[in-house]
Amino acid sequence: MTRLPSLTIPRWLLVPAALGALLVAVPVVAMALTVDWREFGPLVTSEASTDALWLSLRTASVSTLLCLLFGIPLAVVLARTTGAAATLLRSLVLLPLVLPPVVGGIALLQAFGRRGLLGDTLDVLGLEIAFSTTAVVIAQTFVAMPFLVLSLEGALRAAGTRFEDVAATLGAGPTTVFRRVTLPLALPGLVAGTVLAFARCLGEFGATITFAGSLQGTTRTLPLEIYLQREGDPQAAVALSLVLVGVAVLVIALTRARRDSLVAGAT
Amino acid sequence: MTRPYAVRAPFAVRAPVTVAALTLLAGCSQGSAGTTGTPQDPPARTLTVLAAASLQRSFERIGSDFEGDHPGVTVRFGFGGSSGLVAQLADGAPADVLATANEPTMDTAVAEGLVAGEPTPFASNRLQIVVPKDNPAGIRSLGDLADPGAKVVLCAPAVPCGAASVAVEQAAGIDIRPVSEEQSVTDVLGKVRSGEADAGLVYVTDVAGAGDEVAGLDVAEAASARSTYPIATLTRADDAALAEEFVAAVTGAEGQSVLQAAGFAAP
Repeated sequence: MTRLPSLTIPRWLLVPAALGALLVAVPVVAMALTVDWREFGPLVTSEASTDALWLSLRTASVSTLLCLLFGIPLAVVLARTTGAAATLLRSLVLLPLVLPPVVGGIALLQAFGRRGLLGDTLDVLGLEIAFSTTAVVIAQTFVAMPFLVLSLEGALRAAGTRFEDVAATLGAGPTTVFRRVTLPLALPGLVAGTVLAFARCLGEFGATITFAGSLQGTTRTLPLEIYLQREGDPQAAVALSLVLVGVAVLVIALTRARRDSLVAGAT
Repeated sequence: MTRPYAVRAPFAVRAPVTVAALTLLAGCSQGSAGTTGTPQDPPARTLTVLAAASLQRSFERIGSDFEGDHPGVTVRFGFGGSSGLVAQLADGAPADVLATANEPTMDTAVAEGLVAGEPTPFASNRLQIVVPKDNPAGIRSLGDLADPGAKVVLCAPAVPCGAASVAVEQAAGIDIRPVSEEQSVTDVLGKVRSGEADAGLVYVTDVAGAGDEVAGLDVAEAASARSTYPIATLTRADDAALAEEFVAAVTGAEGQSVLQAAGFAAP
């Protein structure tokens, strides 16, 4: 399975490849070596820690659903249109991908904050977003949606429109084509995009701390809890970081299994 | 518009690097030539001071006065959270003087063997209620902060300003339920300054430094949670005598008047 295809890869490539892999692997291993494993249980099961983990999982799930709800239509529109307007729209949608999250948080404050652009409107509607879990979800959706859009748009473009055209000539309406042809063809891209978006939601820090604040059980997600623990109890911060690494590895493993079964089912 | 910048960018990037390299070379040659320099041309010396973030404006002022009184001396500052600064020193960061925002943090530095001699208290700070200029929640006293209708932001108890906030709450016998517990006192100030929060507890000097966007309300109970700022020379100081002179400048009359202008009280 991990046999090196010696003829197709120049051997010298292996050196920078190994260095690149080490750059990622060494810090993670170092973290696992630093943590006091006898203390690990108590450190990660404290009320503050479990509240943070639970809040992270809940908000990341809701945010990922919102990413799907808005991101799938956006990806379809972007994949099936051309022209200046489409280019502009694509740049705009992908903007959070290249912005520092803290800038995203400041932008969200200017829009949804109490004194922001929509502050009065939201106030009239009786919606209070500042310092609420809703703010966390908005921040996560803002930063994570481009990952889904990018991944799905690529898959849609790769799949092309031939099957859609055939289905349409056979009498299927646009909605039927979308549901029965377009989405199934792009499913691997959609799954990959969903996982990326979920992982990005889980790791969201900068926009959340800027826009939503930090309160146990309401807005203090796991990355925020880790950052706070660094001040008082660095050991707990390392232990909690390992929990986040564990969740990330689990998510990646689940996707691989899912994708393998998808590929197996397709052939 | 963008093209000239794209062409110029490499120069813009290179120039500071070249300047930095030349400065380094100059520093080396002057350092070695210092002993043979003429009396009119005093040797170039650099003093590195690590200080709590709340001291930034005052210390920069004291530093430039110090440079004026000591020709050839350059004072470099590192500002940050006190516990972070002590951690940097323990990890081997080179510095000559340390000033922290409370005594427990300095005690840690002493216990780590980083401090030469006795730390000297040179200023004190106390908490004040900060509200946006228009005071939308009509906060008048500490008791108003416990009102469930007011959105109050505090420092998290794990950081020094949060510990001081808890002490004030206990002294007043009230229980504030904050909508967010922030990482640092500047984050609390930011949330109030932007109008997201109705009130917060920050240091008097933070209110003074924020100008007329915010207003400060005195708290009688804050006297019980006064934090004292100590300063000390470090064991690894390159020039112990110069470090002592800087400490004297901070504790002396001129330094004290700069600190008092910023809102600090005598220790």
